[in-house]
Amino acid sequence: MSKMVPVPSAGIIPERDLNSSPILEISHLGITFGGLVAVEDFNLVIGRTEISGLIGPNGAGKTTVFNLLTKVYQQTKGAILLDGVDTKGMTTVQVNQLGIARTFQNIRLFSSLTVEDNVKIGLHNQYKYDTLSGILRLPPYWKAEKQAKERVRELLSIFNMEHMAKYKAGSLPYGAQRRLEIVRALATNPSLLLLDEPAAGMNPSETEELMANIRKIRDAFQIAILLIEHDMSLVMGICEGIAVLNYGKIIAKGTPEEIQSNPEVIEAYLGKQKEDGSDA
Amino acid sequence: MDFILHLINGISLGSIYAIIALGYTMVYGIAKMLNFAHGDVIMVGGYISFVVTANLGLPPAVAIVAAVAVCTALGVIIEKLAYKPLRAAPSLAVLITAIGVSYFLQNAALLIWSSNPKSYSSMFSFEPLRLFNNRLSITSVTIVTVVTGIVVMAALTLIISKTKMGKAMRAVSEDKDAAQLMGIGVNKTISITFAIGSGLAAIAGVLLASAYPIIMPTMGSMPGIKAFTAAVFGGIGSVPGAMLGGILLGVIEIIGRAYISSELSDAIVFSVLIIVLLVKPTGLLGKKINEKV
Amino acid sequence: MMKGIKKIKKSTRSNIITYGIVVLFFIIVQFLVMTGRMSSSLRGQLVPIAAYIVMAVSLNLTVGILGELSLGHAGFMSVGAFSGVIVASTLQDQITNAPLRLAVSMLIGGILAAIVGVIVGVPALRLRGDYLAIVTLAFGEIIKNIVNVIYVGFDSNGLQMGLNSAKSIQLEDGGKMVLNGPMGAVGINRISTVTAGFVLIIITLIIVLNLMHSRSGRAIMAVRDNRIAAESVGISVTKYKLMAFVISAALAGFAGALYALNFSTVVAKKFDFNTSILVLVFVVLGGIGNIRGSIIAAAVLTVLPELLRQFNDYRMLIYAIILILIMIATNNEKIKNFINKIGFMLDLKTKNNVNKGGTAK
Repeated sequence: MSKMVPVPSAGIIPERDLNSSPILEISHLGITFGGLVAVEDFNLVIGRTEISGLIGPNGAGKTTVFNLLTKVYQQTKGAILLDGVDTKGMTTVQVNQLGIARTFQNIRLFSSLTVEDNVKIGLHNQYKYDTLSGILRLPPYWKAEKQAKERVRELLSIFNMEHMAKYKAGSLPYGAQRRLEIVRALATNPSLLLLDEPAAGMNPSETEELMANIRKIRDAFQIAILLIEHDMSLVMGICEGIAVLNYGKIIAKGTPEEIQSNPEVIEAYLGKQKEDGSDA
Repeated sequence: MDFILHLINGISLGSIYAIIALGYTMVYGIAKMLNFAHGDVIMVGGYISFVVTANLGLPPAVAIVAAVAVCTALGVIIEKLAYKPLRAAPSLAVLITAIGVSYFLQNAALLIWSSNPKSYSSMFSFEPLRLFNNRLSITSVTIVTVVTGIVVMAALTLIISKTKMGKAMRAVSEDKDAAQLMGIGVNKTISITFAIGSGLAAIAGVLLASAYPIIMPTMGSMPGIKAFTAAVFGGIGSVPGAMLGGILLGVIEIIGRAYISSELSDAIVFSVLIIVLLVKPTGLLGKKINEKV
Repeated sequence: MMKGIKKIKKSTRSNIITYGIVVLFFIIVQFLVMTGRMSSSLRGQLVPIAAYIVMAVSLNLTVGILGELSLGHAGFMSVGAFSGVIVASTLQDQITNAPLRLAVSMLIGGILAAIVGVIVGVPALRLRGDYLAIVTLAFGEIIKNIVNVIYVGFDSNGLQMGLNSAKSIQLEDGGKMVLNGPMGAVGINRISTVTAGFVLIIITLIIVLNLMHSRSGRAIMAVRDNRIAAESVGISVTKYKLMAFVISAALAGFAGALYALNFSTVVAKKFDFNTSILVLVFVVLGGIGNIRGSIIAAAVLTVLPELLRQFNDYRMLIYAIILILIMIATNNEKIKNFINKIGFMLDLKTKNNVNKGGTAK
């Protein structure tokens, strides 16, 4: 049964909690695709309630790291420890049950189903009853469905989306689809939430709101969040720790201030951004 | 000696499957559709050649040319009328339409030629090839079939790899939109593909009717299914795969019929297909598809 | 009263309408039969219609709800049909109550079809799209071939089975052949009834509709809509694919037993590729994922060739043309817009059921 976490009205940002045992420890992680090294010697430690950012130019291997964490790919080298448990050889389903949930760069919703059903599917392993109870409508069905329905409402309220519950997920506006993906991931009761470009396609005011909501989620659920993002205002604004990836390797790690002043980063990534004229 | 004979017969049947499978696989590669009416075009080819020789009394060469011409036109017309309006439709809708076309062809043939099987006299009536002091006799149809198979495969490989049209075909099968942007006439390329596929089906029809000398309106459906199986066996969308799949299927069928069980020969063929797909999920020469996350 | 109905969830209301249609038709049919107003040829179609409705609804579970194309659904029907016939013949003396014997035969037919469903599904469901489709097609043909070489007889010593020829089994005097190779099942005691068909349809609807609106059903649809996302939220793709496939196979097995026990002889060829395709046509025309549509399409399209009988030889040709035209009309953008425009001008709401919901990939 999931821990029922209320959604607080205002959040308090906790201190960086690297002193307690970390939720995620990645060491020497690597993967090669037919001789091509996509990620190499990747090391990262994330605290239990830390918001971290993974940045880098296109093709640097950021999403590959997410795919390794969620076992879409199996690593060829190194280890991933979630809360001290080695995830080597596990399946996507198993690591999700262990506590890793994610969103996708190219939105992957269950688009022909309603918003409510999308979140209910996220609650698949939270409110269980067997298939026969479902077909015969036995008491476990009614009990679990009622609890799930309430939980769906609570979760949708994070983004004030309750009124959209009956809409088809595929018919939602882009921003709402991204938010729904986050809600669905949260429904699986993760201890680590991976967000792949959550602000992509959003306007500045939407991004602003998203930043507040990411903090709110961390505070309410007391979970760690690792996000990939190109929008530097978001990354610098909410991340407590940042790792910079280039050509599959980490070239810098540190606080937003440290990253912004790191010459190697500026050269590889931020510098290029400045030339483009976008803000860094 | 028996085994060699079975092997040769298998290769001969397999060549017919390969010729049909080429049509399946080319259309699949380019239009991304399973053209279940393809088998019935074979039947039309068989009947046209029959009409030209038996009813009009013209020589076999004319019959073959007529069958190819009619089927080529038929293929293009079917594509224009039934499939082209559904270019953007879900694949299942196209599949059902193809089944509708298949019903249409079978029932039209039924009305024109009745459901009674007609006996078909082989288009190739020269002396069988006798080897090893008559211990091995290879019929004219078998020889023609194998030779035709080789010629068709070689010609098609050349067309696809060397000509401009072949290049256009490969481009359209790779990415329709990109091909369009590069100035390739997608509609024209699809038409040509249907034309070639249907022309090949006509040849297969003549060969099939000559080898198993009976024609009827449903004669195309089982070879059609087998050829489709052959195409998948070899890796659907792959031209060399269709050839390999077709020939292997023919050999397995004949050998299975001879040495295991004649009733179960189809079951053997399909079981081999299932086993191959379990080991190589996209067929023998099929491309592995990776989904990007 | 109306207010009460409106309060019910939209999906529940839709389900009630579906059940309502089936019940209403059953009552009308019973009335027509009892008052002798139904032609005997149509009356003979009633049990097959019921069987095809169950086939269509169950195939829709695979094609519409799970989103995988199956071209061998008749294979499961075949398993159910012949095992059902064997069970019914064997139990002829043990269970004298015909409806009970029918129920037991159907149940065992369904269970065997489900077992075959597991055997086919476990390896096949690893494949994607058209490759899965061809394996199901191959399986259907294999079943047909195998049934054609099985000989089953029954005498006082019990059931005897042989392969390849009738001589492979020796029956005592008074023994009876049940399954006679290519001749199929012979001397069947016809115990299927329209009422049994009706009950089976209702059971099928309860299973499929309740499944769709439950945890497992949502998981199945999640797998259909986005496999990778489904895995990412902890749903085992293999488990739910297999679940949908096996339930679908079991229902087809029930339908097969019902169908076979309605005739005195049944041959394996009856359940070939063409039958699989016929049922697929029902599903697509009724609307992919639309259960009510499957029921209506199965009923209408089974009767349609009968109604076209006056056109005699042309009827299947007309059927083919109608099929093609419907597919083009419901799937071509330009024509779809055109029809909607006309509908708008006539102030008619055009309902477009075909290809509603997810499409099979």
